[in-house]
Amino acid sequence: MTEFLQQLLNGISLGAIFALIALGYTMVYGVLRFINFAHSDVFMVGAFVGYYIGRHVPEHTLWGGFLALAGAMAVCALLGVIIERLAYRRLRGSPTLNVLITAIGVSLLLENLGQFFFGATPRPFPELFPVTTFIVGGVYVSSNQLVVIGVTLGLLLALEFIVHRTKIGTAMRAVSLNPKAASLVGINIDVVISFTFALGSALAAAGGILYALNYPSIDPLMGVLPGLKAFVAAVLGGIGNIPGAALGGLLLGIVETFVNGSADWSSYKDAIAFAALIIILLFRPAGLLGRFTTEKV
Amino acid sequence: MPRPHLYLLVALLVSGGVSYFSDRIDPYHLDVLIGVGVNIILAVSLNLVNGYTGQFSLGHAGFMSVGAYLSAAVTLFVAPQLLGAGGGTALSQGVVFFFALLAGGLSAAVAGLLVGVPSLRLKGDYLAIVTLGFGEIIRVIFQNFEPLGGALGLNGIPAYTNAFWVLAFGAVTIFTVACLVHSTYGRGFIATKDDEIAAEAVGLNTTLYKIVAFVVGAFFAGIAGGLYGHFKQTISPSGFDFSKSIEIIVMVILGGMGNTVGVILAAILLTLLPEVLRPVAEYRMILYSFLLIVLMLARPQGLFNFHFGRKQAA
Repeated sequence: MTEFLQQLLNGISLGAIFALIALGYTMVYGVLRFINFAHSDVFMVGAFVGYYIGRHVPEHTLWGGFLALAGAMAVCALLGVIIERLAYRRLRGSPTLNVLITAIGVSLLLENLGQFFFGATPRPFPELFPVTTFIVGGVYVSSNQLVVIGVTLGLLLALEFIVHRTKIGTAMRAVSLNPKAASLVGINIDVVISFTFALGSALAAAGGILYALNYPSIDPLMGVLPGLKAFVAAVLGGIGNIPGAALGGLLLGIVETFVNGSADWSSYKDAIAFAALIIILLFRPAGLLGRFTTEKV
Repeated sequence: MPRPHLYLLVALLVSGGVSYFSDRIDPYHLDVLIGVGVNIILAVSLNLVNGYTGQFSLGHAGFMSVGAYLSAAVTLFVAPQLLGAGGGTALSQGVVFFFALLAGGLSAAVAGLLVGVPSLRLKGDYLAIVTLGFGEIIRVIFQNFEPLGGALGLNGIPAYTNAFWVLAFGAVTIFTVACLVHSTYGRGFIATKDDEIAAEAVGLNTTLYKIVAFVVGAFFAGIAGGLYGHFKQTISPSGFDFSKSIEIIVMVILGGMGNTVGVILAAILLTLLPEVLRPVAEYRMILYSFLLIVLMLARPQGLFNFHFGRKQAA
């Protein structure tokens, strides 16, 4: 039982990170209907910005940690807006596949620029937050796990507030529902899309730092696998659906941790994520929380 | 003789000629030529699925790995018993290699069938992610399958691949895809891409067409994998990951979806580009990805697609 609770906790803290990244995929898909492959590299850039800020603030302090987090989120929000402005905006309205291939190009560009500037060798990530371990009923709870869960919860609540309680959030939902009608009622679509990219990229940056805290080394290709899995999580929950992405991320994190914990299957953990996805999509093609839309001729 | 068959004959003669003179060609150029040929087979076969039939598959590298592993297993484990201790004559080696490639292609086709039947009822992004998932699963299985080398892969594969095999199979791939596209099946593929609902309404079995395209595409990916394995002489699961699939898809999209000639040109261009950029090795991949974005922004219809007048189907 203790072991089960321990694995559950580890799974939740991994899943929280997946959820943060998945939210960026799902929000961009919601307004633009395309898969932003560069998202996983924004996640990587976030971790590196955290690394450079972390070298200039004292380690093991709450304010230092949150400063690195806020700095990385701000830089990546800007990066997301720049990527959208330079690469994606011109292709709006062209076939999805063209945008997809451009996104892949941006992803490759960020990875290679990363390797050029940061070098390909992994670097240790500084311990930004105070590190202690609590034992609750036999379960080891590291302070970093609490940071991950706390930050994720806070960001999710903030996102919920932005999307449902603010004017720009209402505009986002309107654009997601019907871009043409939204622009007819006076919503500036460009602003909404830039804002969506900023929001998604900031969440990815937060995810990057939290990931780096728990798997303490960073390199320019670190985003690829978590990015793919977060994308799987977004599809799992029903792509375009914000609570779905959070749920999908959490589920994926828990399943992966349990598979990883069982001796027989641990080497298959990367495959299990995809196998679970395939099974769910075959029986519920719109994802867990997605709504089916019947195609009308 | 019908014209496509004539072209095939000419191409086979050319490939025979090139291999006859291959001793006098610079080995580096020969290597690049083989790389180009393998990529042409991969891109043209993927174009059948992604371009003509409009089913966006992200798992081509997975089928390539199945072919690479199976054909390497044949030449490594089965062939020594057939050829005897001396290694056999060049002719018997060639025959064994041919059947090894065929075995690789067929096993990839079977894998394509197993993947295609359940997943082809999904559409668009969902199909893309499921094929990506299957590609990754195939990779992880090879990674954990010790008889085929596990994560280290297979080493010491005999270097059977030469310019003749690559060019000949390249010609056969292009010929098969061209004939298929101009047959009843091809009309079915294109109808499925243009409007699936309308195609079903006039009584076409769109599922069948999708699966046929998928299986044929997987078959040639398997052949390409076999050629690649016997060229590099070493294969490992990490060489057939998601980024390899992306590399092939980039060729298809830059060439213009559903345009075989364009896709061939794109495969040549994108294989040569890293070679040309070799002097600036440090910036090579940065320039490659930058060019990719610029090309996509400047020519979204594909680099070699010149059908300006025709309206794009939505």
